[in-house]
Amino acid sequence: MTGYIELTILDLALASLLILINGGLSLWLRLKLERSLALATLRMIVQLTAIGFVLKALFLTVSPWLTGGAALAMILFAGREIAARQERKMLGWWSYGLGVSCMATAAFVVTIFALTTQLQADPWYHPRFALPILGMVLGNTMTSISLGLDRLTSSAGRERAAIEAQLALGATRQEAMRPFTRLALRSALMPTINAMAATGLVSLPGMMTGQILSGVDPVEATKYQILIMFLIAGGTGLGAVTAVMGGMMRLTDERHRLRLDRLEE
Amino acid sequence: MLSLRGLTTRNLKPFSLEVADGECVSVQGPSGSGKSLLLRAIADLDLNQGQAFLDERERASMPAPEWRRQVVYLATDAGWWASGVVEHFSDWAAIEDSLAPLGLDPACGGWPVSRLSTGERQRLALLRALALSPRVLLLDEPTSALDEAATAAVEALIARHRKTGLSTIWVSHSREQAQRVSNRSYEIRTGGVVAL
Repeated sequence: MTGYIELTILDLALASLLILINGGLSLWLRLKLERSLALATLRMIVQLTAIGFVLKALFLTVSPWLTGGAALAMILFAGREIAARQERKMLGWWSYGLGVSCMATAAFVVTIFALTTQLQADPWYHPRFALPILGMVLGNTMTSISLGLDRLTSSAGRERAAIEAQLALGATRQEAMRPFTRLALRSALMPTINAMAATGLVSLPGMMTGQILSGVDPVEATKYQILIMFLIAGGTGLGAVTAVMGGMMRLTDERHRLRLDRLEE
Repeated sequence: MLSLRGLTTRNLKPFSLEVADGECVSVQGPSGSGKSLLLRAIADLDLNQGQAFLDERERASMPAPEWRRQVVYLATDAGWWASGVVEHFSDWAAIEDSLAPLGLDPACGGWPVSRLSTGERQRLALLRALALSPRVLLLDEPTSALDEAATAAVEALIARHRKTGLSTIWVSHSREQAQRVSNRSYEIRTGGVVAL
């Protein structure tokens, strides 16, 4: 395999001309996107450069505490994202807390499983393995939980009559909510299933592309990608099921009432 | 016998009532006065305080679904959770004979719910509730979407079930209907329930 080609600042500056062309188009067509385009570009450069240095420092120290701290920060940011994507949020800390706790549990379980069995990194928490794997599992689990919770809360609000008709006839909360928990879980899990079905034909996954660019044998890179897809499937499944079930319990109470008063208007 | 002791919900004042087996109590009051809230509180569908008993058994001593299978609340526009009519009934054959007397098409079991008119839904929801053989039926304007003939048929059906011991609390906006169907009448005035 050919070696890894290092990029210079000049290479990046050359590629950034494409952004300038986009900016020019925005001005010419009066899309009024040039400000947000510039801001987003700047944010991307700063954030990625910063995380590059952070990761470099973490890799040099290989400290379980610092790695854990970085993992925690990633989870807290992802939790905010879940809460922001809900059309009808749960009141109080639930909207944030339920998403974060389910996402963190699922992502940690899956990541630690991979680190201690398939990857056998030494030490197992080595940030060079732990953080990229966690990041990929986290990103997908975040999407699936936010889709699932959003579908659950919006359909419970819309289908109040159908749910309460069942409750009034003596159904338990699990029975009355079943069609809507099912719907929520389906919409949480479909993106992962679709991604697995389309990968390799329509798109080359980013991680595999990155490995190939850095000189890894494509067949080896494929094996890694398949592993990651399994981890993502496990993380999204576990995260979505716990979050949607937890959400279902929160939207009802122990006397099997529908509690839409626990949602924002 | 259904007994309510100091039942209160939202802005309704504490309310006590006993309804004997086979008795019908009507509740009237202006729109928005809390008639539906009162019935929902009895069925334990909304947060409420106070006690409710069926004979000597207290509501709090049994799981809510068990209470609601015996004390069934029927909303004015009761919901439908599946696409087909027949899927809402555990034993469609058992209610088929009741369709024609209520003016319902005997073939409506095979229809999708979306094909039913509001009035047809209201009558089918009543049959769906009666199919549980409840002890108490909490009726929330059960004939609001019905013409005179269908209203009379519904009233006759309820009267027949009362003969076998069904107790009912019947919310109606029509004074004539309340007098026709019930033994006693109550009215909700400024947050409290008073006997008429």
